This record gives sequence, structure tokens and C-alpha cells, in this order.
Amino acid sequence: MIDGLIMIVLILIKLGVIFAVIMTMAAYLVLAERKILARMQLRHGPNRVGPFGMMQPLADVIKLLTKEDFLPDRADKWLFLLAPGMAAVTAILTFAVVPFGPPLQVFGHELPLVVIDLNVGVLYFLGLSSLAVYGVALGGWASNSKYSLLGGIRGLAQLISYELSMGLALVPVVMLARSFSLTDIVLAQQAAPFILVNPLAFLIFLVSVVAESKRTPFDMPEAENELVGGFHTEYSGMRFGLFFVGEYINLVILSSMVTVFFLGGWLGPLLPGVIWFGVKVLALCFFFIWVRGSLPRLRYDQLMHFGWKILLPLALLNVLLTGAVLLWSRT
Amino acid sequence: MATVLFYLLGLVTVIATLLAITRRNPVHAVIYLVNSFFALALLFYLLGAPLVAAWEVIIYAGAIMVLFLFIIMMLELAPTPEADRMGPTWWQWLPVLLLALALVGCTLMLIGVDAGVAQGVPRWYATPRDFGFALFGKYALAVEVVSFQLLFAAVGAFYVGKPERKRRQKKEEGA
Amino acid sequence: MSLWRDIKGTLQPFWVTLCNMMRRPVTVQYPEQKQQMAQRYRGRLMLTRDPEGHERCVACHLCSAACPVDCISMQAAEGDDGRRHAAWFRINFTRCIFCGLCTEACPTLAIQVTGEFELAGRDPLKLVWEKDDLLVDHGGHTPDYNFYRQSGVGVAAPRGGLPTETAPVDPKDLMP
Ligand code: SF4
Ligand code: SF4
Repeated sequence: MIDGLIMIVLILIKLGVIFAVIMTMAAYLVLAERKILARMQLRHGPNRVGPFGMMQPLADVIKLLTKEDFLPDRADKWLFLLAPGMAAVTAILTFAVVPFGPPLQVFGHELPLVVIDLNVGVLYFLGLSSLAVYGVALGGWASNSKYSLLGGIRGLAQLISYELSMGLALVPVVMLARSFSLTDIVLAQQAAPFILVNPLAFLIFLVSVVAESKRTPFDMPEAENELVGGFHTEYSGMRFGLFFVGEYINLVILSSMVTVFFLGGWLGPLLPGVIWFGVKVLALCFFFIWVRGSLPRLRYDQLMHFGWKILLPLALLNVLLTGAVLLWSRT
Repeated sequence: MATVLFYLLGLVTVIATLLAITRRNPVHAVIYLVNSFFALALLFYLLGAPLVAAWEVIIYAGAIMVLFLFIIMMLELAPTPEADRMGPTWWQWLPVLLLALALVGCTLMLIGVDAGVAQGVPRWYATPRDFGFALFGKYALAVEVVSFQLLFAAVGAFYVGKPERKRRQKKEEGA
Repeated sequence: MSLWRDIKGTLQPFWVTLCNMMRRPVTVQYPEQKQQMAQRYRGRLMLTRDPEGHERCVACHLCSAACPVDCISMQAAEGDDGRRHAAWFRINFTRCIFCGLCTEACPTLAIQVTGEFELAGRDPLKLVWEKDDLLVDHGGHTPDYNFYRQSGVGVAAPRGGLPTETAPVDPKDLMP
């Protein structure tokens, strides 16, 4: 009885810590992004609120919460109100399967550092990431504004196209690890991380992930200079905030996914696993910000061309090659 | 427990599908259909096939319905949401809320029930490996036939989607 | 080789941004650090005086005519010596777009620009500046210029008072 109680308390603490860490990370990623982009453009970035602008996320939250929650006339109300929640919730739910450290020993209990180790973890991730687009599309449609609608349509088209190559880039990983469970995939990288074993899959996955997160150079759904704000043009206050936070949570999640699938997860010499995991995720986040600072936005047709005519065939070829090599090496 | 869940999920699926085919607004219909797919996925999970459940969500809810939504929005088939300008009346929310609540409740209960172990459902648990063998071993012929159908559909879509001018040119050349 | 060019074009920006990250930002931290404005910066306007310390403005209304947003208004008046000056002179800085056209129109170089730009405030009426606010006691950009000495016109006697002149017409009088 006591044992069970301790276990439940431990699990609750774990959930609380994970949630708090993700939210803080998302909030400070916004700040980090603004600061790093500023430095790339020879500016300082936010540095007024608190020392080095460290309180800026707090100020942003207060601002968003106190703004008017605007609802356009003739919007489809229940979808309009629901869409931002969908975007944020799907992003948060994905973290349930991410293993961020080796199992911990607490009070003689084994506490795995993952919310649930699903045996179809990869599919769970793919499923949720394909559901994430509903928030964008329905929000865009429900606003009843042409900019939002265009943003929503672009979001749909783009996410479908890149979802495919993302899934195909993961197939070699699953083939190498011989499991759909993320923990097993990490453990399969004991000898060498999959980025070295299959660099092509890594590249394809990386590009698709950037497209999946709707960030420059693939930020067609919210292209500021043609669509005002894209799918979130009509949103204000905390509803906009949910979209915004969802985007950055998504960034954290996708970075963790790249880490788990290709960079060996928590594995690494000397330092404890959780720290290795954090370092890798943060490095990837920096990379995403760096990409945003460096590359211009693609045109819509270029984006589709790249996705369907280059990325997808490459991914298919890679699946074929990996399968052939695996078969050959086994016989 | 599992039997109750089974019938509950079945009910949710049927109601959501019924609502989907009676909606005037195609976008709303899509949402109800997605709802029903979710219930279906949970059913699969309950019956001990987590892989099929995952495919249900990824392919049907995540890709096919997204494509539907894309076409609806692209062709502006949906009426502009002018009709319900009076505000979201409670009965408009009700079906969605009830269905979503039922789904969440079922998911929570599913955590309590170990999938496929309770009485009343087969004591069989399909691993990805089983699924793959069944799909490409026992039913290989059926899969191939279905894929041929897809090929026909693709070719047909190509023909229909060809620019009108080119098609007419071809005809004239032929004549 | 267009593929090679594409790859190079994709990778080069990363190097550029990385280099930029290592450089010192060029931002001037405004409220603490003030920027030195350029000599010919067009900021707030002022009314200058000639070397003798008299007001330069002769209330000719040219600046107010030149102003594209019509934010200058004034009332002309004549002193005992027959010289014109502005009885009141008003610039509405909430409307001024700091284009400097008024300074180019001014024949006496009375109205001139300063480098000052910190005009923000909470009360728009405080931005309507009167002559007292605008007048400075120096010659601005042209300390040595004196309009009357350049044009050589000195009106000492009352108009029409010289033997060669006829008395000015009284426009309000109906008599021929
Ligand atoms: S600077 Fe331009 S706008 Fe301002 S008072 Fe002079 S003419 Fe008018
Ligand atoms: S400031 Fe210059 S242009 Fe304006 S009324 Fe005076 S003299 Fe004329």
C-alpha cells in the first residue's frame, strides 16, 4: 500500500517537473530566440525587463493575459475558440513518450524518466504531430478572413507533404533499432548514434522537422509580409499566446525527437544522462534559431517542389538502401 | 469493464459518424468524422491491436482528413460561417462536448483496463511483427489488389487533372 | 554547376550570421546613451535672432505657405520703425512632419532646424509651441547673417512720409 502510494507521488512529482520544465523552456526559448536573432543582426535584443531582460517572458505573459480576447464577427465561434487549445495540447502531449534519462533509483523504486514508454512510441509521435495541423487549419478557417484561410491552407498542404518524408526518414531508424519504442531506440545507439550510421536519414528528418515546426525557411503558413500573420491573424490575447507557446513547445519536442532518434538520447560519456539530453536539445534549439536567422523564406511552389520531388524520393531510396544493407549484413 | 467500454466506444463512433453525415457545414462534418476515427482507434486498442490504432490516427485522422479539409478549404465548399452569427448557442456545443468527454473518459478507463486481457475480448495482442506478417504474408494478394485500385485511382486523377487545353490538343491530333 | 552553387548559397549565410554573432552590436542604448545628431539633422524648429539681437522673422507667412501640413500660423504686426514682426507665432508640433520646407522658404533665415527630437509627451496641447518657446537668443546655423543689411532696406520714416511719395491709400475709406 505504502509502496503504491510512494510510486504515485513519485509519478505525480515527475509529471509536475516535466510540465514545469517544458513551459519554462518554451518561455525562455522565446527570449533566447529574440536575443540570438538580435545578436545575429548586430542588435541587443530585449534587455530592459530585469537583468539582461531575463524577466521578459513574464512581462509578455502579463501583457497577453491582460489584452482583449478578440472574436471576429462572423467567425465560426466554437472552432475559433477551440483551435489554439488544439495546437498547444497536441504539442504538450507529444512529450509523454520522450525518454530523457536512464531509469532512476528512488527509495528502492525504479522510476523511468519517461512519462509512458509506449511500444508504439514512434507512431504516437507521428500521429500527434499530424494532428497538430488541425489547430492551424481550423483556426485559419474559423477566423473567416482571407489571410487566415490562406495561412490555414498552406499549413495543411505543407504539413501533409513534410509529414510523409518525416515518417519515411524514421523508417530506417526503426529498422536499425528493431523497435518502435523510443527507449529501445536510444538504447540501440549505444555503439554509435544513428546520425553516424545513417546521416542521410538525419538530414531528411532535420529538414522535415523544420518544416513541421512552421519556422523559417518554411514559415509559409504565417508568412508575415504576405499574409499579415497567417492563420493567427485574427487572434489576440492569450489565444494568440497559446498558438505562440505551442510553437515553441513544439520546438522543444521536435529537438528532443531529433536527439532521441539520431543523437543517442541521454547517452554520453562522463556527465549524467539527463544533462546530456538537455545539452543536446538546447544545441538543436540553437540550431533552429540559427536557421531562422540565416535562411530566407522559400516560395510556396519551391517548398512543394522540394518536399515532393527531392525529399520524398530521397527518403524512399534511403529506406530501400538501409533495408538492403541490413539484409546483406545479416546473411 | 472492457465490454462496457466496447459498447460505449461503439456508440460514440456511430453517433459521431451520424452527426458527420448530417452536418450542413463540411468543416464541422470533418471534425465529427475525426472524432469517430478517434473512437475507432480506441476500439482497436481495446481489441489488442495498438499498431492498427496508431495507423488509424496517423493515416485517417492525421492525413486523409487533413486532405479532405484541404480540399474543402481550397474550393471554399464550406459556407461562410454567417449562419450562426447569433453566437455559439449551447446546443451547438453540446454534441462535440459530449463526444469529446466520452472519448476522454474512455481513454482514462482504458488505462485501468489492461488492453485485451479482460474477459469478453480475445486474448490476443498484435505486435507490429504479427501485423506485418499478416499484412504481407497471409493477405498479400488482397493488399496487392487494393494497391492496384489505388493505382487506377491515381491514373484517373492524373487524366482528369490534366489541363483542358492539352487534352483537347491530343483529341485534335487523334482526329 | 547550379547544385554546387545552391549548396554554397545555403551554407554561406550560416557562416555570416555566426560571424555577426561574435561582433559587437551597433545599437545605441538610447535613454542612457544619447546619439550625436548630424549637423543638418531636421529636428524641432526654432526662431533665431540676427547678430544685433533682434528677431529675424518678418512675418512674411512664406513658411506657413510652404508647410505641407499647415502647422505654422502667425499674426503680422508693425513696429514703430515700420519693420514687421510676428505678433504671435505658433507651431503645432503634433502636426509637424519635420520636413524642413519652412526653413528653405524663409527669406530671413529666421526659422531654422535644431537637432532636438525628444518631443514626446502625454499632453498634445503641450506640443503647440508659442513664439516665446521657439525664440532663441543666437543666430542658429548662420550667426553672422542679417537680412536688412543684405537687402539694404531700412524703413525709418513712416510710409508715404518722403517728399517723393504720395500718402498710402486707406483701404477702408470709400472716398476716391
Ligand atoms: S518642418 Fe515641414 S511640417 Fe514642420 S513646420 Fe516646417 S514646413 Fe511645416
Ligand atoms: S519665419 Fe521666415 S518665412 Fe516664416 S514668417 Fe518669419 S520670416 Fe517669413
